[in-house]
Amino acid sequence: MTEEIVHIDEKSFTFSDAVVAVGGIDTSYCYQCGKCATGCPVAYEMDLTPTQLIHAIQLGLKDLVYNSKTMWLCAACQTCSTRCPQDVDIAEVLDTVKILMQRDKKKPQLPNVLKFNKRFMGNLKWFGRLYELGMIAMLKLSTRKFTQDMGMGMKMLKKRKFSIWPRFKGGWAVRKILRRVKKQEKA
Amino acid sequence: MKYAYYPGCSLHSTGQEFDKSLLAVCEKLGVELVELEKWVCCGSTAAHNLSKVAATALPMANLALMPKMGLDEVVVPCAECFSKLKIAQHNCKTDKKLKRDVVEAIHKDCNDDAKVIHPLSIFAEEPLISRIPALVEKNLSGLKVVCYYGCLLTRPPKITQFDIAEYPETMDNVLRATGITTLDWDHKTICCGASFALSKPDIVVNLSHKIIEDAKEVGADAIAVACPMCHANLDTRQDDMEKEYGVHPQMPVLYFTQLMGYSFGMTPEELLLDKHLTDVSSLIEKANAPVEEEASPEEEEATSFQFDGHH
Ligand code: SF4
Ligand code: SF4
Repeated sequence: MTEEIVHIDEKSFTFSDAVVAVGGIDTSYCYQCGKCATGCPVAYEMDLTPTQLIHAIQLGLKDLVYNSKTMWLCAACQTCSTRCPQDVDIAEVLDTVKILMQRDKKKPQLPNVLKFNKRFMGNLKWFGRLYELGMIAMLKLSTRKFTQDMGMGMKMLKKRKFSIWPRFKGGWAVRKILRRVKKQEKA
Repeated sequence: MKYAYYPGCSLHSTGQEFDKSLLAVCEKLGVELVELEKWVCCGSTAAHNLSKVAATALPMANLALMPKMGLDEVVVPCAECFSKLKIAQHNCKTDKKLKRDVVEAIHKDCNDDAKVIHPLSIFAEEPLISRIPALVEKNLSGLKVVCYYGCLLTRPPKITQFDIAEYPETMDNVLRATGITTLDWDHKTICCGASFALSKPDIVVNLSHKIIEDAKEVGADAIAVACPMCHANLDTRQDDMEKEYGVHPQMPVLYFTQLMGYSFGMTPEELLLDKHLTDVSSLIEKANAPVEEEASPEEEEATSFQFDGHH
């Protein structure tokens, strides 16, 4: 992060309040000890460490947060949340930011991660259980990375690791659940 | 002993070795697993990024199937599903509004009192832990194995309540009961990058490589895992590691249930050991080699005598 003057007023808190409202986590407990950043296995790829991202939320720097890659790189390993001395659930905060970004219709820095999540849920709506082969094909098509992982995929196919045909067990139940959730979220 | 069983999607597909070996081991131990009828996916790595209600509703829809079966304990072998079910229960218990939304979404009562159990926990406790040695038919004491627990069995500890989060021993204790030697190492609970298996494989290759390197450093013949996602990352990415780092790790990665089954005298075919991408034949050879005596009885006596002498 470069140094710059940050103006904080009441409006700044609307963002951290939104994180409390949607994710239920109050970032104001964080005293910036840095432990979450130290244990994060993916920090080496992040532009802001988890500690810095929490700080940015405290300061209400919404654009800085939304433009960061950090939450899209989080592997959800929960090391940070487990070790935080202030009991801040950092991993949940990162999920919350992702959910808020979609509500605000903001584009992620790593679109493929979001695409994966959406394909996954799309797949569930059809099949109820994950039809891995179908999902991989859809994902690779939509990200135009069809050849990436081809070698591994072929080997796995040969070993009959995937079921070739989807099973439709439970698809109907999942579709109903997700439809009701969507309705609630619109309300 | 009878439990409901939630296999989850992976165990019916890429992780079928885990399903098959778990069921075989349970049968030997006298544990009956009854699969939940009409179970659905728990939402896994994706749902929690998109909606908290959906991520809670999917696991709860599965737990809601249990009362009809008359069972209140469910065995969940996949660490990802285990964690998602536990987190959903916790969130329903602590967030009343969320619980209302979930009940509305699944059109069933929230079964947030169901006991969600990982098979390791039942194996590691009485009465099963004492039954294990008597079932061993193959002496595997020559094998050195590191136990990899990954992230989600132990974290977050206040929710999963599984062993000590930073340095768990449950899997070590279970495998030691079969006679296998398990080693101390640093990467028991360090993330392999699981949720990026498909969306950002470079992270997976890097993180999983570090885990395998550490296993090699301490002299492990194999890595034992309890999660199909950890297994996929550690087993199937070794070709990519060779491309990235120049050396093929050649590290067998097995489910702990496969090792248990092997010690119980089951064949590699029964346990689907040939399903793994990384060859396990070196391990099987080693397992079948005559066990070397490490120290003769006299020598052992001598050391214990010396130790006593210091008192
Ligand atoms: S570990 Fe907790 S208190 Fe420390 S910097 Fe991270 S969020 Fe803040
Ligand atoms: S949960 Fe995410 S942010 Fe926290 S340590 Fe793991 S990868 Fe890093």
